[in-house]
Amino acid sequence: MGSITLEHVNKSFGGVTVIPDISLEVNDGEFVVFVGPSGCGKSTLLRLIAGLEDLSDGTIRIDGADVSKTLPAQRKLSMVFQSYALYPHMSVRGNIAFPLKMEKAPKERMDAAVNDAARVLNLTDYLDRKPRQLSGGQRQRVAIGRAIVRQPKAFLFDEPLSNLDAALRVNMRLEISELHKKLKTTMVYVTHDQVEAMTMADRIVVLNAGRIEQYGTPIELYQKPANLFVAGFIGSPKMNFIEGKEADTFGAATIGIRPEHFTISDAGRWTGTVGVAEHLGSDTFLYVDVDGIGQVTVRASGELPFAHGQTISLDPIESRIYRFDAQGQAM
Amino acid sequence: MARAVSTRRKLGFTAIAWLIALTLFFPILWTVLTSFKTEGTAIAMPPKFLFFDWTLENYFTVQERSDYFRHFTNSVISAVGSTILGLIIAIPAAWAMAFSPTKRTKDVLLWMLSTKMLPAVGVLVPIYLIFRDLRLLDTHHGLIVVLMLINLPIIVWMLYTYFREIPVDILEAARMDGASLKNEIIYVLTPMAIPGIASTMLLNIILAWNEAFWTLNLTTTRAAPLTAFIASYSSPEGLFWAKLSAASTLAIAPILIMGWFSQRQLVRGLTFGAVK
Repeated sequence: MGSITLEHVNKSFGGVTVIPDISLEVNDGEFVVFVGPSGCGKSTLLRLIAGLEDLSDGTIRIDGADVSKTLPAQRKLSMVFQSYALYPHMSVRGNIAFPLKMEKAPKERMDAAVNDAARVLNLTDYLDRKPRQLSGGQRQRVAIGRAIVRQPKAFLFDEPLSNLDAALRVNMRLEISELHKKLKTTMVYVTHDQVEAMTMADRIVVLNAGRIEQYGTPIELYQKPANLFVAGFIGSPKMNFIEGKEADTFGAATIGIRPEHFTISDAGRWTGTVGVAEHLGSDTFLYVDVDGIGQVTVRASGELPFAHGQTISLDPIESRIYRFDAQGQAM
Repeated sequence: MARAVSTRRKLGFTAIAWLIALTLFFPILWTVLTSFKTEGTAIAMPPKFLFFDWTLENYFTVQERSDYFRHFTNSVISAVGSTILGLIIAIPAAWAMAFSPTKRTKDVLLWMLSTKMLPAVGVLVPIYLIFRDLRLLDTHHGLIVVLMLINLPIIVWMLYTYFREIPVDILEAARMDGASLKNEIIYVLTPMAIPGIASTMLLNIILAWNEAFWTLNLTTTRAAPLTAFIASYSSPEGLFWAKLSAASTLAIAPILIMGWFSQRQLVRGLTFGAVK
């Protein structure tokens, strides 16, 4: 069991309010990702759940029990830090066993748990090494190992992959997702990378300036963004926003069209010149200067033989046009 | 980043390094050599480098005349005592400033360091008078207190720097792993802080051992450490180079040996935290 409930959580540092008022519910066994630009309060929110920061106001419940005043050590949560935060003077075995040692677990149980975790995380051959003798990916695995041995109520991840290189990041992403499927334990994961959020989450919390902009499944966020912020943040490349006369014709202050929601035709609605064409093989990204609208990003599936300077004609797919009012809210 | 260095350049650098090292070491070497000469050979012109009649006579005379071991014991008591007392005071101070800094922390640190900018002789008279009135002159505890006080800013600064290197993340990880404050201190903090504390301790023993101004001014016989022992050979009776050299050799030998054997700890302590 490991549901987490936040009720009117508020956090200020000195006179600066980082989180004005947040309420949210993470169900037992759910994988929830907090995503947002840097400084949006996502890490602070995680640290509040962990108990590493004190609440200024509000209540945090784990499995219904109020833990607002409980020490981090007693909340039965595990955390994986961005910097790995391994104990440098202990071996891998010592690091993974540490939470059990703190519980005064019997030696047999400790050994069994460490060996299990090491097997799952491919660390068996490294158990007697010190963290400094490991690569970044291995260190991250040790940190995860340390988190899983004590069978916590929930895992907290604070940007765990941002110190890894791109290829390793994709691997670890998969490993963490698989781990979640296997353990079925609640996970709260903080990242600024919307691709990580989209690929891993059951539900995503999009945060901006300490406020929840939207809370929903990845596909809900993609298909029904609540406002301009979410629309611009989720999806890669970014959604195109068009204001002015063109938007007026759709009865909105701003319209948004995702790069993948264009058709390229001979006599489309808009005509423009290709500025840059990026050929990825699987996709072609076109940055098109459209007369009277400005630059529009277009994503086409497969390889299209467009080049700089070519004239191109575009049609937005009508059913996929997002409309926003003057306040930036979805209509 | 590896840089290709030609053999000739390498040889050149090696030669320069040796030259500098020998220049720095030569006075010590000369002192040691002179201590094995007779007073006559010691002032011979041209000086004799290695080929003279080696003798241990100076060492016997020195021990007989001024009791080396008593001074040695006094040096150990004052150097080790002042360092331990300094650590007892400095560890909590540095700890507090490193882990719960306030707006004024930097100012406090600078203020402490500023006390080292004052010439010691400027406070000689007041301190001497205080010592006289408190009957601390020529006592071990008096010397320990004054040596501790003059080195305290350095101890606090060094420890502060080491403690700052301990990542807060790791302490938080321990808290998340269920460690109580006691266990956090025993299993995580202390092992990580020990290299820093050890190298601070070594450096301060060396500083206190070599301190000459206060030890010479505040002691005469009972608590006089090795610095006073050396100084007694440059007295108005005239200089006895060979005996002075023997006394100096005896005085610096323990600290040289200790420094030699603790090289690794010193270097490790000074590079502590460099590994991510």
